[in-house]
Order: sequence, then C-alpha cells, then structure tokens
Amino acid sequence: MADTSFDVVIVGAGPGGYVTAIRAAQLGLKTAVVEANHLGGICLNWGCIPTKALLRSAEIYHYMKHAKDYGLSCEGASFDLDAVVKRSRAVSKQLNSGVGHLLKKNKVTVFDGWGKLAGGSKGARKVSVEKDGKAVAELTGKHVVLATGARARELPGLEADHKLVWTYKDALVPNTMPKRLLVIGSGAIGIEFASFFNTLGAETTVVEVMDRVLPVEDPEISKLAKKAFEKQGMKIITGASVKSLKKSGETVTCTVEQGGKSQDITVDRVISAVGIVGNVEDIGLEGTKIQVDRTHILTNEWSETDEPGIYAIGDLTGPPWLAHKAEHEGVICVEKIAGLKGVHPLDTSRIPGCTYCHPQVASVGLTEEKAKEKGYDVKVGRFSFIGNGKAIALGEPEGLIKTVFDGKTGELLGAHMIGAEVTELIQGYSIAKTLETTEEELMHTVFPHPTLSEMMHESVLDAYGKVIHL
Amino acid sequence: MAVKILMPALSPTMTEGTLAKWLMKEGDEVSSGDVMAEIETDKATMEFEAVDEGVIAKILVPDGTEGVAVNTPIAILAEEGESAEDAIASAGDGAAKPEAKAEPAPAAKEPAKPAPAQSAAPAAAAKGDRIFASPLARRMAANEGLDLAQLNGSGPHGRIVKRDIEKALTEGTGKAAAAPAPQAQAAAAPAAKPAAASAPPVLSADDPIFKMLPPSESVPHTGMRKTIAKRLTESARDIPHFTLQVDVEIDKLLAMRKQLNERDGADYKISVNDFIVKATALALTRVPDCNVAYTDSAILKFKQVDMAIAVAIDGGLITPIIKNCAAKGLATISKEAKELAAKARDGKLAPEEYQGGTFTISNLGMFGVKSFTSIINPPQGGILSVGAGEQRPVVKDGALSLATVVTLSLAVDHRCIDGATGAALVKELKALIEDPIALML
Repeated sequence: MADTSFDVVIVGAGPGGYVTAIRAAQLGLKTAVVEANHLGGICLNWGCIPTKALLRSAEIYHYMKHAKDYGLSCEGASFDLDAVVKRSRAVSKQLNSGVGHLLKKNKVTVFDGWGKLAGGSKGARKVSVEKDGKAVAELTGKHVVLATGARARELPGLEADHKLVWTYKDALVPNTMPKRLLVIGSGAIGIEFASFFNTLGAETTVVEVMDRVLPVEDPEISKLAKKAFEKQGMKIITGASVKSLKKSGETVTCTVEQGGKSQDITVDRVISAVGIVGNVEDIGLEGTKIQVDRTHILTNEWSETDEPGIYAIGDLTGPPWLAHKAEHEGVICVEKIAGLKGVHPLDTSRIPGCTYCHPQVASVGLTEEKAKEKGYDVKVGRFSFIGNGKAIALGEPEGLIKTVFDGKTGELLGAHMIGAEVTELIQGYSIAKTLETTEEELMHTVFPHPTLSEMMHESVLDAYGKVIHL
Repeated sequence: MAVKILMPALSPTMTEGTLAKWLMKEGDEVSSGDVMAEIETDKATMEFEAVDEGVIAKILVPDGTEGVAVNTPIAILAEEGESAEDAIASAGDGAAKPEAKAEPAPAAKEPAKPAPAQSAAPAAAAKGDRIFASPLARRMAANEGLDLAQLNGSGPHGRIVKRDIEKALTEGTGKAAAAPAPQAQAAAAPAAKPAAASAPPVLSADDPIFKMLPPSESVPHTGMRKTIAKRLTESARDIPHFTLQVDVEIDKLLAMRKQLNERDGADYKISVNDFIVKATALALTRVPDCNVAYTDSAILKFKQVDMAIAVAIDGGLITPIIKNCAAKGLATISKEAKELAAKARDGKLAPEEYQGGTFTISNLGMFGVKSFTSIINPPQGGILSVGAGEQRPVVKDGALSLATVVTLSLAVDHRCIDGATGAALVKELKALIEDPIALML
C-alpha cells in the first residue's frame, strides 16, 4: 500500500504543477503530484514546445525558399507535413519523459489519474484520484496546490468539430495542409498558427475582434506586425467577428462582420483561438469557499484561495496565462508554505511575453499607452533593425526595439520588440527590471558587437537623446 | 490542578504567530491581567495578558519561536499550593510535544534575547558603511530626500529595492532630516552636520580582536538601531552633560494615587510615573529656562512642554510624546501614556507621535534600578531619569524614620542650562512631588 499522506499534494503536472512539485521536494516537503494526462501538461505536450518545433520547420522552409537572397540555390524546396508533425511530436515526447525523470530524481510521488478535492479540513485536505472511473487512491495533504490549467475557449456557434474547425490541439497534428485557412483570434496562439500555415503556403486570413493584431502588445508593435504579416500575404481583418460557420463537404463558409458590413469567406479549415477558460470543473470546488470568477480561481498574492491550506496557481488563476508565470507562482507558493525568508509575491509587471510568429514579438512591462494612463511622465526610445549591422547581415532588416522609461526616476517601465530573435533578447530587459536598473546602468552596459542586442542599448540611448546609429 | 497556557488568537484571522518575548520567567507569580509575553502576528506585536493566577512552572515555547500555532501550549502554570514538578507532571504529555517542535532557545537564561530571525535585513552590512540598494531605489531616495541608511532592505541579502522606498514614503519614515525635532527646525540641523563628519570609526565585525573573543551570534542592525547609535553617539560626544540628583519622598503621592484610583467610577488607573510626568511638566512651566534647545545662534525657549516618554520596545526604544503636557490633567496624561506605549510596542506610532518633544522622561524604576543617568535626546535640553520607589531610612528632625523614596537624576545640556538653573528645576520638582496636592493648583 503506497503512502498517501503528504505535506503538499499538487493537482496537475503542467509547467506550473511539476516545477512546484520539484521545488517543494527540494525544500524537504513530502510531495505528491496527480496528473490525468501527460507530465508537462499542455505547454510541453500540446502548446509552447510542439508549436516551436513546427515553427522551426516553417522558418527553415522560409529560408530555403529565400536561399537566393543569400547567394545560395535550393531548387524545388518542399515539405512533408507528416514528417514535420512527427518531428514536433518526438520533441514533446522526449521532454515529457524528461519531466518524469526529474520528478523521480527529486522523490516526488506521481499519481496517474484525475485528482479532485475530496473534503478534509485545514491541515489535512483530501484529494481523491480516479482512473477510468475507478477510485485508485485517496491522498491527504497538509497543503493542496491546484494547478489544473486551462483549455481553449469555445464560442457558441463556432465550436470546433476537430475536422473542419480546429482547436490548437487539432492544428498541432494536422492531417491535411489546408489551401485556405481562417484563424479566429490574433493572440499569441492564433497568430503563431497563422504564421506557420501561411509560411507553408496556405492562403491565410486572420479575424480579430479588437482593432489590432496581438492586442496585448504595444499598439506600435501591433501596427508593425500587421504590416509584416500582410507583406507575407496574410489577410488581416481587425475590428471584426465571425458570426457563423457553414460547413459543406470539405469547406467552411465563414460569415465575417466588420463595421456593420458582412462578407463570406470560404476556406478549407478554420482554427479557433479565441482565448482560454480555466479547468475548474470536476476538481471538487463544490462545497468549498473557493471563489471562481469567469472560470478562473480567485487567490491572494500568495496563491491562497479562500479555503485555508488550498492554493491555486497558473492558468487556473488570473492572467497573464503563461507557463513561466505558473512556474514562478508555484515556487513562491511552496517557498511561503515552507516558511522561507525573503519571499515576495510575484510582480506581474516583470513577466515577459513572447510570440513566435514571423517576425517574432516580445515584451515586458508597461506599454507606452498604459504608462501614460498611469500618470508617468514617460521617455520613449526607439531603434529600428535597419540601423543594426548584425540585422542587415542576417538579412533581417525589419523590426523595432522600443523602451519606455519613467522620466522622473529612470525606471525601465517597459520594453517592446518585434523582429528576428527578439524572444531571446527580451530577458536582458527582464533582468534589468528585476535588478531595478535605471537608464544609466543600461547605458553603461557594454553590449557585444556585432549583435542584435546592440539595438537594446541604442533604444535606451534614444530615450535620452543620445542614440548613435540613427 | 495545573493550567496549560495556550497560544492565544489575538485577531480573528490569526492562525499562528511568533512568541516574540516572554516578559516573565519560570518561578514568577502571575495574577490575572499581568502581561506575560509579547506575541507577534503578521500584522502587529501584541501583549498577552494572563487570565489565570499562579506561578509559572515551565515555559514550553522559548522567546523568538516562529510559527507557533494557535492553541499550542506555551507554558504551564502551577496553582496555589502546587509545586512546579507536580504541575508539569499533571499537565501531561500534551504539553511536552510542542517543546520538541520549538526551536531551541539560543540562550534560555537570557529572557530578553531578541528573536533570532529579524524579518527585515539591514541595509548597511556590519562590514563598513556600504549600503546595498538598487540603482532605482537610490534614484528614488535622492529624489524624495530619503536617507538610505535609515531604511531596511527587503531585497536579496538585505538590498534596498523600490518597494522599500515606496513603503518608507507611505509610512513617512526614513526622511533624511527626520532626526532633529521639528520645533528646532533649520536652527538645529546644521549644528549636527559637522559632528557627523568627524564620527570616530566603529570596529568591523571581522576585526581580528573578535577572533580572541568567544563565538558570537551576529544580529544585524535595524534602522532603529542605526538611529539610536548615531544620535546618542553625537549627543554623548558633543553635548556637555551634567547631572543633578535628588531624593524625593512619595508617600503622600502614593496616598493620593490610591485615593484617586479608588474613587467611585474611576475609569483611569494613574501610575506613579504619570504623577512624575505631570509634576515635571508643571515644574518646567515654572522654570521655563529648562524647557529649551541650544542652537548655533540662539537658545530656543519653548512655550509649551511636549513631554517625550522613553518606551522600551523589541529591538530598541522610542519616545512617544504627550503634547502640551502641563495643561493636561492626570487622567488624560495617564490615558495618553498608555495608548502611546501600546502603539509603540505594536510599531504603530505615527511620525508626529514620536518626533519632536521638548524634554524626556526615562523610568527604569520597574526594574528596581535605584538611580541612573541618561543621555540627552537632542535637540532637547534635558532628560529626567526616574529610579525605583523603595522604602529607605530617612532622618527627620534628628530621628530615624521610614519613607518611600525615589531618586531622580536630571541630566542637562550645559550649553543652555547652567547649574543653578537646573537646580531650580530640581527644587521645584521635589516640592511638587512631595506635596502633590500642589499639582491640582
């Protein structure tokens, strides 16, 4: 009979749950994690990682088609969609078993099944584990961390049928290469798939309800992104919504309404990417004091729910809905449980966000607009890729790095980037924000030449009227 | 039958707390209402009063233990006629367990040991004067006129970060010019500056001398400790102190106190110290030359007495102020003093409640101290030290008799108060205390 009494029981082994489990075990807490599907959750199996694998294939295909630009020849460049998907799945599988090893190495007990709260009281919460309709274990945890994540939102009338209308999960394992594709939603998920299929040659239309693509980004970045996507042949319809889908045989006719006018667009496949909803169902919240607001659990800054000893982290709670937010939240949560000194709540203004479309988009902190709304007297710096030697050499002369400073204190309030490799650059500004540097330290930092990172320096210089290469 | 004293829930939301400090030790007699210990919750430090009577047989949870759950036994009380051993035995094993869980007290014999884990780390490490602060925190402090040395850092390794500056701004602490009392204003501030520049060096914690001394625990400086060290060093070094001592008989005062406190419907409980505060305030109005501050160009004679009262708190002391004290009655003074002392111990004093003051009273009588002298709290001109009231033989008209006597020591700044002026205050004070009915006039 396996041991069923733990200091911490974590429900869900996505990026939030498994990282939380490892950290809890490192802190000497006896830890269990319950997972119904895959270790690593959506992120590793059906999200962040496999999409990056697909996008890498698309990127290389793009270079093959543009080989001439670099003085190379690559006649008859083509792709095998099944092989591209197979590679993506293999990447996920490799990492999935890696998570299993990490949990084992850290002596975290993994329970395979559906975990849900099953009563108990403060200090001895019960979690039942069910597999194929049968109860397989009842665990007792001094603390229970809910990390059940989220899934794709479905709009009435636009539900996915997994044949003609896909969710992100269907789009990850496409059985066919659509000639014509319509993507509903231009957030990170929608735009990444649009970028992938568009690069592989699909005639792609993106419908966004807000007035711009990537609506959480700085408007200036959205504008440049739209321009770049359109240049690649993508059709972008903003301020519009899909009213209905009519399926006939192998095609779907989408009625798109924009500014009171409606048009019909016929495509082979539709991808619905209109946001996420928290997985709050069937996890035993009934009869607890835990509050749910629009499918997400309400917590305080320490991830505590209204029920003492029960915590919630990651996509199951408030935004931003990002894997790295879930990880940090979980680590802070268990460090607080373990009574570690010097633990502080997560500062959401320091969480970077990355979108791996072509061109890439990355940002951290406040947009210029938001900073002004908050009453800051802002100083804004801009530097375009066209002024950077490395960008020209790479053949990537389009893009922008924008920085937003508080004129009064020199605090870096936000940074917004679009262009090649910016998802790998943004961490520099994240460190700067966490270390609370002012413009002065950034100006004094020596960035290596020739790199794209030099643009980060120039953007800061520009905010203070000292830019060199512009 | 022994009584187990349980960790109290001092607020509706409290589930656990830190047993910051025992104010009693094993063997002490306890009666209902006595303050037994200080309990620290996440919100505040609060006093824990006894409900039962008896003798403390055993303390189960030592000073400074964190995370003590509500209702955990923290001590065993032996009732009348019960020996400590019997009490411990009858309290049973329920009491023994928490002791095992509790962290061992660093030194069980020193009841006043500070909690080992200070929640806030110091800004300047013990080694030298370097202050660790983020560039943004430095910029903000410079913009807002904050003194980083007075702040505690909450970042990694005690680094001062943005949130510490924001906290200081909200709470109004850490102002660079906060140290001198507002009354003296510009006049006093320049006087302090040259002194700070010539401050003598302090030994560093890694000085070789300490290698020859027994092992020690390093308790990093808090902001309060730094302020105490800086201001009192300056005061002791730069102010020419002299002290006048006088014995005062308080039998009449005690009788009057009893009478006042036992009046029907008395909603106050006046202490001996309240009487001394009132008498000193009154004496200062009669000898206004002692209610003064020395500045570079003039002596400032204050037009009212704002009495600062030294209160010992966890990790240091603070001097809350009873404003316009001479104009207030005993009951008002008593009430204000109690409220201010409670706020001081909870760390809830507003800056205007402890900054300023024209004169200070420090009382160590409750510890049985016979007499002592204090260091002047600049820019004030004087400080009165109050010893214990005790029965002593006194000679009256050639015959030996008994009286309850308190020794008062008045330390003054000779730059603004001369011997005869100080003596006049002492004389007035003695007359008021020994004939307390005069306080009513």
